[in-house]
Amino acid sequence: MKPEQDDLFEQEVEALIKEIHTQYGYDFSGYARASVYRRIKRFLGQKHLHSIDDLRKHLFTDSFFFENFLQEITVNVTEMFRDPTFYKSLRENVLPILSTYPFIKVWDAGCSTGEELFSLAILLEEEGLLGRTKIYATDINQKVLRQAKEGIFSATQVAAYTSAYYAAGGKRDFVTYYTSNYGSVKFDSSLVRNVVFYPHNLATDSSFNEFHLIVCRNVLIYFNRALQDRVFNLFDESLVDLGYLALGKKETLVMSGINDRYDFVDKSNRIYRKNS
Amino acid sequence: MHGTSSRLIVIGGSWGGIQASMKILRALPADYPFPVVLVLHRLRNYEGNLQELYEKKLALKAVEIDDKAPLEAGHLYIAPANYHVLLEKDHTFSLDDSELENYSRPSIDVTFTSAADVFGKNTVGILLSGASKDGSSGLKHIFDKRGTAIVQHPGEAEIAIMPLAAINSTPGCRIMNIEGIQAYLLTLHEH
Repeated sequence: MKPEQDDLFEQEVEALIKEIHTQYGYDFSGYARASVYRRIKRFLGQKHLHSIDDLRKHLFTDSFFFENFLQEITVNVTEMFRDPTFYKSLRENVLPILSTYPFIKVWDAGCSTGEELFSLAILLEEEGLLGRTKIYATDINQKVLRQAKEGIFSATQVAAYTSAYYAAGGKRDFVTYYTSNYGSVKFDSSLVRNVVFYPHNLATDSSFNEFHLIVCRNVLIYFNRALQDRVFNLFDESLVDLGYLALGKKETLVMSGINDRYDFVDKSNRIYRKNS
Repeated sequence: MHGTSSRLIVIGGSWGGIQASMKILRALPADYPFPVVLVLHRLRNYEGNLQELYEKKLALKAVEIDDKAPLEAGHLYIAPANYHVLLEKDHTFSLDDSELENYSRPSIDVTFTSAADVFGKNTVGILLSGASKDGSSGLKHIFDKRGTAIVQHPGEAEIAIMPLAAINSTPGCRIMNIEGIQAYLLTLHEH
C-alpha cells in the first residue's frame, strides 16, 4: 500500500471501531493498533473481502459473521501448560501459600478456549486444592467460553501438551485426565466442577469479586498502555491483600501505576504478589 | 511519544543467523544512534537465553523485548521466543501470540512488515542466513516503502535458502557480505 492508502485504511478502521461499539457494544478503542490492523488485514484476506467497506456490510447485517470476526480479532491461540516453568513456579511458589486459606478464589481472565483453565485445574487437583477452589473463568467472547466448558481439544496437540505437562512438574500419567475420540480429546469434566464461566469484557466491565490469584496471560499484549492501566487497576481492586497476579512472560507492571504495590515472586515468569 | 529515533534497523535470520548477526553487531558502538531489532527463529519453548549471549559480546545494550517497551538508540532488541513482534506508531513494541507465520513465531515477515509501516523509508531491513522463506515478503514490503532492503550474500551465508528467496522476491535489494553490512551500518547518521 502507498502511504496515502495506509492512512485511508487506518481512518476507515477507526470509523469501524466506533461503529462496532455503537452497534454491538464491543469497545476496541483501547486495543493495540499494530495488532488490530494486522488482524483486520488477515481477516479480509481469509474472507476474500477487498475493502473495509465490504467488511462493514457483512458485519452489520449478519451477527453470525460478527461473532466470527470477534473471534478472529481477539486472538484465541492458546495451549496447555504454555511456558512449563511458569506452571512449575506456580505449583512450587504460589499454591503452597494458597493452601493455607480455607477457601480459594481464582480468576482466569481471558480464558479463551480453556487450555489454560484446564492446566490450572490439573495443577490444583494434584496439589489437593481443587475441591476448595472456585475458579471464575471469563472471556469477552461467549463462543470460546462454550468451548472452554466442553474441554475438547485437538488430538494433534496432545503429544506437545503431554511433554509440557511433565516439564511443569506433572505428578500423574497425563492420559488419565482425558478420553480420546475421533481426532479430539475430551478432558475430565470433574476438573471444572467448581468453575463458573462468565462473559466479562476487560475493556469495559468492572470488578465483580475478590480473588487470591488472578491469572491473565498474553491478553494484555493486545491492549494499548491506557487500557492496560485500566485493567491493572481492575485487577488491583479484585485482589485480596497478599494476593497473586500472574501475567504472560513478556508482560510487565513496570510502566503501570500499581507497580509499587507489587513484588516479584518469580521475575522471569512474571508472577507478582500484592504487598499491601 | 516515547521514541524519537529517526531510523530503525531490523535484522532477521534463521539457521546460521546467530553467528552472522553477532559478527555484524559487534561492529556497532554503545552510542550507536539507532535502535536495532533482531528476529531469529528458534525452537518453541526453548528457554535458552539469547539475551545473555549477546549481552556478553556486544557494546550495544542487549534486551529481550517486553510488551510496550519504548525503542531507544544503542539498544539491541531481541524478539522473545513464542511471540511475534510488532511496532506501534509511538515507537513502542506490541507483542502478539497469534498463529505461526511461515511455521515460525517470531516471524521475520511480521516484524519487517510492521517496521516498514511505522518507519517507511527510514527502515533498514537485513536478512541473513537461514533455511526458511520467512522474511522475503517482509523485506519486499520494506523495499516497496522505499526503505533499505539488504540481503546477506548467499555465497557467504551458512544456509542460502533465506537470502535466495529474498533476492528472488525483491530483485532490487542490495546484496552484501558481512563486512559490507557492517560498513554500511556505520555510515548511517541522524538526519
